[in-house]
Amino acid sequence: MTTAISASGLVKTFGRTRALDGLDLTVEEGEVLGFLGPNGAGKSTTIRVLLGLIRADSGTATLLGGDPWRDRVALHKRLAYVPGDVTLWRNLSGGEVIDLLGGLHGGVNAARRADLLERFELDPTKKGGQYSKGNRQKVALIAALASDVELLVFDEPTSGLDPLMEDVFRQCVAEERERGRTILLSSHILSEVEALCDRVDIIRAGKTVETGTLSELRHLTRTTVEAELSGPAPRIEALPGVHDLKADGTKIHCQVDTDHLDGLLKALTAIGVRTLVSRPPTLEELFLRHYEPEGAER
Amino acid sequence: MKGFGTGSSDPELKTATGAQSQAPKVMTGRKGSGRAGSDDGLRTLMKLAARRDRVMLPIWIYALLATVGSTAYSLKKLYPAQADRDQLATSIASNPSLRALYGPLYDTHSLGALTAWRVLGFGGLLIGIMVMLLVTRHTRAEEESGRLELLGSGAVGRNAPLTAALTIACTACFAIGLLAAVVMIVLGQGWAGALAFGGCLFSVGVAIAGAQAVAVQLTETGRGANGIGALILGVAYLLRTVGDAAGSSGGAGWVAWLSPFGWIERVHPWAGNRWWVVVLPLAAGAVAAAVGYRLQSARDLGSGLLPQRPGPPAAGPGLRGVFGGVIGLGRRLQQPALFGWMAGLLAFGVVMGTLAKGIDQLLQENKQVEDIITRYGGVQGLTDSYLATSVSFLGMAAAFYAVQAVLRLRSEETSGRAEPVLAASTGRLAWAGSHLIYPAVGSLLVMACAGLGVGIGAGAVLGDFWGWVGRMLRAGLVTTPALWIVAAVGVALFGLLPKWTAAAYGVLGVVVFIAYLGPAINASQWVLDLTPFTHIPKIPGGVFHWTPLVWMTAVAALLSGLGLDGVRRRDLLP
Repeated sequence: MTTAISASGLVKTFGRTRALDGLDLTVEEGEVLGFLGPNGAGKSTTIRVLLGLIRADSGTATLLGGDPWRDRVALHKRLAYVPGDVTLWRNLSGGEVIDLLGGLHGGVNAARRADLLERFELDPTKKGGQYSKGNRQKVALIAALASDVELLVFDEPTSGLDPLMEDVFRQCVAEERERGRTILLSSHILSEVEALCDRVDIIRAGKTVETGTLSELRHLTRTTVEAELSGPAPRIEALPGVHDLKADGTKIHCQVDTDHLDGLLKALTAIGVRTLVSRPPTLEELFLRHYEPEGAER
Repeated sequence: MKGFGTGSSDPELKTATGAQSQAPKVMTGRKGSGRAGSDDGLRTLMKLAARRDRVMLPIWIYALLATVGSTAYSLKKLYPAQADRDQLATSIASNPSLRALYGPLYDTHSLGALTAWRVLGFGGLLIGIMVMLLVTRHTRAEEESGRLELLGSGAVGRNAPLTAALTIACTACFAIGLLAAVVMIVLGQGWAGALAFGGCLFSVGVAIAGAQAVAVQLTETGRGANGIGALILGVAYLLRTVGDAAGSSGGAGWVAWLSPFGWIERVHPWAGNRWWVVVLPLAAGAVAAAVGYRLQSARDLGSGLLPQRPGPPAAGPGLRGVFGGVIGLGRRLQQPALFGWMAGLLAFGVVMGTLAKGIDQLLQENKQVEDIITRYGGVQGLTDSYLATSVSFLGMAAAFYAVQAVLRLRSEETSGRAEPVLAASTGRLAWAGSHLIYPAVGSLLVMACAGLGVGIGAGAVLGDFWGWVGRMLRAGLVTTPALWIVAAVGVALFGLLPKWTAAAYGVLGVVVFIAYLGPAINASQWVLDLTPFTHIPKIPGGVFHWTPLVWMTAVAALLSGLGLDGVRRRDLLP
C-alpha cells in the first residue's frame, strides 16, 4: 500500500492564532480516513494546506507523491474537493457548475452524473442563488463524485443535507471505496465516520491526538461493564484500571481500561457472575474524551 | 477564514442586542409602517449600520466638504475681479459645451453663486454615488449574504433594514448639506444662499436614496442593484447634460427638469434662492421610497422582483474542459458588465458629441464671444478642446469599470467561490488572468465605444463624419493606458495587500477628483501630474506623443506583474 497523503509537523499561524500546531496526518491509498475534531480544531486549515490554497509555516506534506503547494495544479487534476460551505455563482445553473467544476478536475463521467442527479434528487436547471444550503452542497458533491479522480477530499460534506440525502451520500462513499478511491472525510457526524471509515484521525487545537483504526482506538479506552454477581464484591475498586465503580448490593457498574478487562473479569468470575453486559466504547465516547478540556481528562 | 471580521462583529452584535428590547417602544408612534411591528429592531439596525460605516462615511463627508471648500477658495483666487467673472459668465452663456460639462452659471456677483455653479453638478453626482452604495450595502447586499436572515430571525421587522438604510443615507446627506452651508457662511457668503445650497446637496441625496430603495427590490444581488442604480444615475446625469447644453432659451432645455441633478441647479443658490425647487427632489425621493416599501412587502426575503428563469441543465461547450472552463467562467462573470459599459458609454458619447454643434454658431452671435473663442484657438480649437475633454470625462467613468472588473477577483475570493476553482486544476495565474483580460482588453473596448460615440455624435452635427469617427476613436483608445494604471493599482493591492484591495476605489476617487476639478481650481502642476489623465495626449487638437502612453503601459504592466506574483505566492483568503 502506498501513501496518498502524509503530513508531519504542520504549523500554521494566522496572526496570534496558532491554527495548526505540529499536526501529523497519514492517508493510505484506497482507504477512507475519518478526520475528526471540534470546531476550530484545524480540520479545514489542514485541508486547505493539503490543497495548496494556503502554505504551512513549517512541517512537511506530501500529496499523491507531490508537493501540495508547488505541484498544486498538476495534483488537482487527480483529486476532487467539496468544501463545507458551498457558495455558487448566481448566474450559473447547478448543471453548469457541475460540468464546470468536474471539467476542471479532468472530466465528468456522464453516466455517473445522470445517476447522481437522480439519486440526490437535484434540479440542475436552477440558478445558484435559488438553491438552499443543502442543494448547493449537493451540486458540489455531484461534481466531485462524478469526476474521474484518485482522491476525494470532503470537508464536512453533509452539513445541510437531510437524513435521506445523508444516506445517499454514505452509499456513494461506500461505492467509491469499492472502486478503490482514496477518501479524506472531515466530519462531525460520528455515525457517518463509524460506518464509512477504515481509520480515524482525531485532532484538537491543531494537533493530532489520536490516530488508528477504530478497534485500535477502542483498545486504548475503557469498556463499560455491568454485572450482577452471586455475592458482594469487596475488593473490585482496588483492581488496576477500574474506574467509576457504582456498587448496589450485588450489582456493579464500572468502567475499565480495555487493557485491564481480563483482570476484572477474572475477579468477577471468582465471585460468581449471574448476568454480564459489557459494551465497547462508542466513537462518541472516544471523541468526547479528547474534547474535554485539558486537565479534565480521565 | 479565521479572524475575518469576527473580531469586530462581536461587539457590534452585543451593543445591538442590548438595544433590542427598547426598539418596539421607539417605533410604536410611527405612522404608515404597514403591519404593526414591521419596523421593530430599527434602532438595533441603525446602530449596526452606523458602526459598519464609521470609517467610510466620515471619509465621504469630509471629501465632499473639502470639494466645496477648495472650490470656493480657488474660484476666489481665479476670478478676483468682477470683470473676470463677467467674462466667465459670457463664455458659459454662449457655450453649450461648457454648460454640458459644468452646468449653467446664473449669477457672478457672489463667490457663493460661482461655487454653487461649479460644485452642484459633480458634487451632486458624488453624493448620488455615495447614497447608492450606502443603501445597497445595508439592504440588498446584507440580504444576499444571508446576514439579514440572521438578524431577521431576531426581533427585527420587515421594513426595518430599508428604513435604517434610508435614515442613515438621509442623515449623512443632511450633515453634508448643513456643514457645506456652514462652510459657505464662514467664507462670508449670505446665509439664505448657503441654506439653499445646503438644501440642494441634501435633497439630491434624498432623491437618489429613494430611487435606490426601488432598485434594491429588483435584483437578487447587491451588484445587480448597484448596476441599476448606476443606470439611474447615468440617465439622470445625461438628462442634466443635455438640458443644460440646450440652455433656457427653448429647445431641449426642459429635459434638465426631469433630473434631480437638473433640479438642484435650478434652485439658484445666491442667485434668487428658489426654495420651492428643493421640494421636487425631496418629494421624488419620498414617492420613490414609498414605492420601494410597497415592492418590498410584495416579495420574499432574498428574492428579487425581476424574474429568474431556469438555466440550462448542463454546461455548454464554453464552460467545459480544464482550460476552457476557467476562461468560460470568467466570461460569464465579467461579460455582462463589459457589454453594459460599452453600450452606456457609446450612448453617452453620442450625446456629448452632438453637443459640439453649438460651438460653430457662436461666432455669429457677438463680438465679445468671438474674442474669447479666438483666445481658445478659434472655433476649431474650442471644438477640439471640448471633444477631447468629453472623451477624458468618459475615460474617468470607464476607469470605474476597470477597477470594478479587477475587484471581482477579491469578491470571488472572499465569498469562497474561488476556492473550488483553485482546488481544481486551475493555476492561480490562469484564474486571475481569466478575470484580468476584462480590465485589460475590456478597457480598450469600452474606450473605443466612448470614442466612437463621441465621433458619431460630432460627425453627425459637424460634417466630415468618418473623419470625426476616426479621430475620436483614436482619442478613446489613447485614453486607455490611464485606465490600465488605475486597474493595475487594484491588481497590485489584490496580490500584495489583499485586505486593502478595496482601497483601489479610493485611488480611483483621488485620480478622478484631481483630473476633473484640478485644472478648474488651478492646482499646481505636480498635483495634476499625479493623475494619469493629465499625461494622456489631447486628441483632437493636441500634439500626439507615444512616450507617455508607453510609460503608462509599462507602469501598469509592472504593477500588474507585482500583483500577479503576489497572487501566486500568497495564501488564499489570509
